[in-house]
Amino acid sequence: MKRLFALMAGALISGCFAPSAPDASSVLDANEIRSGTHFLTPETQALQADAFANPGFLWVDRGAVLFEQPISDRPPCVTCHEAGLKGVAATYPKMDPVSGQLFNLEGRINQCRVTHQKAAPLTYESDDLLALSAFVANQSLGDPIRVDITGDAAKHVRQGRDYFTTRRGQFNLSCQQCHTQHWGQKLRGDTISQGHGNGFPAYRFEWQSLGSLHRRLRDCDTGVRAQPLPYGDPTYIAVELFLAARAQGLDMESPAVRR
Amino acid sequence: MAGIRLAVPSPVHQGEIIEIKALIQHAMESGFRRGARGEVIERNILTRFECDLNGTLVFAADLHPGVAANPLITFHLKAMEPGTLTFTWTDQHGEIWQDSAALKIT
Amino acid sequence: MTAKPILTRRRLLELGAGTVFITASPITSYAAQSDLDQARHTLFGERPIQDGRVTLKLPPIAENGHSVPLSVGIESPMTETDYVKRVAILSPRNPLSLIAQYHFTPQSGEAYAAGRIRLAGTQTLEAIAEMSDGTLWSGRMETVVTLAACVVL
Repeated sequence: MKRLFALMAGALISGCFAPSAPDASSVLDANEIRSGTHFLTPETQALQADAFANPGFLWVDRGAVLFEQPISDRPPCVTCHEAGLKGVAATYPKMDPVSGQLFNLEGRINQCRVTHQKAAPLTYESDDLLALSAFVANQSLGDPIRVDITGDAAKHVRQGRDYFTTRRGQFNLSCQQCHTQHWGQKLRGDTISQGHGNGFPAYRFEWQSLGSLHRRLRDCDTGVRAQPLPYGDPTYIAVELFLAARAQGLDMESPAVRR
Repeated sequence: MAGIRLAVPSPVHQGEIIEIKALIQHAMESGFRRGARGEVIERNILTRFECDLNGTLVFAADLHPGVAANPLITFHLKAMEPGTLTFTWTDQHGEIWQDSAALKIT
Repeated sequence: MTAKPILTRRRLLELGAGTVFITASPITSYAAQSDLDQARHTLFGERPIQDGRVTLKLPPIAENGHSVPLSVGIESPMTETDYVKRVAILSPRNPLSLIAQYHFTPQSGEAYAAGRIRLAGTQTLEAIAEMSDGTLWSGRMETVVTLAACVVL
């Protein structure tokens, strides 16, 4: 039994060892960009499209409540963002002109809480932060990703690309070996996706819960037997920006349903 | 946090058979999973779902660990009288979650 | 595992693959057909069960066993005197055979229920319905549960 699995793992790795010119194969063709939804069974696609039954909306509902809830004596989010935040999530991660830092949606929500609401930041992957980020991301449903990668953001894109293209872990695999060079092919029972983040926060069957893109990245790192980075790590936020830049124009889908 | 979502078509014609959906946030922890350190994660599931119309039971379900997390239950009802539909979930410890929706008949 | 003290490349691969195997089982114990028979006996005793009237629907292929859509419909006039009382969903492979039981009333109009269930691998599920006259009817459906590429718990 062990031997069989060793063979399978071997096949998995040798499949990705195929020599390739890094430049030609590390970029997705613009008219080849496919959301993760494309690689799901029709039943799972239908669940994602069902605005009632998609379990991700349990968090979106809660986010809508939190958005209007005052924090002790401080105003709720809706006071400043009266008109909603349509299209905003499609522009994240984004440079913050004040601090010069790159913020993803979760980081931005927490920065708002700390500076404007004088509250403690929410814990990454807590139900409340997932709820708020899903509520905000859902307002960009169907909007194309359009992140700004000029100016100071460019160096973060490069940092994210480096992480994406660097082999790591016991399996010695980089993200791009699966998600750029071998997408559409089979890995055990799954079809390998292109690894886009447009559906996150997403409801994953494997998690039986909603989860952030960082949770997904941690799972990918663990999957190749590498040490995952902590939630909210600046390198993961840079990877997030690189992924968004790689998928410019792809429609936002949060809360998506994934395997 | 236990969010609940209910889908009850309304208004409906008398005698129409309608589809009702109820979704609740619950981990439905099976008791068969293990945590990162190999410890068994204790079972924690909803065991019963009931739907009443004006106090009369019209549909129920017994749930076991084989039901997926955040259970979605879909069932049918013949709309004969208007009133209030009450949805009740009970977990293994007897804790109860409840929500209701109006059934309007034209 | 103790024969070779040296950590060779092959050994490392085996260790890694072993980890995949262990963490890939969301459910750590498995049942057998005999457990299904036992559950059926507990629920319905020795009463005869006829094939038919019960339509159990699942996708032919499920991408993992965490959340598989299921629906069950039973042919019945659903009147005060002739209706379906309950339907039990039974598994021959999950650690517990009884997955769910749906209870209907004449007010149901149609004996239909749907939900999402867990499946510990490829199997043929059985749905057994009890009518108001006490007769039992059953239907079956097989679902292939595929193995995920990278499972991390």
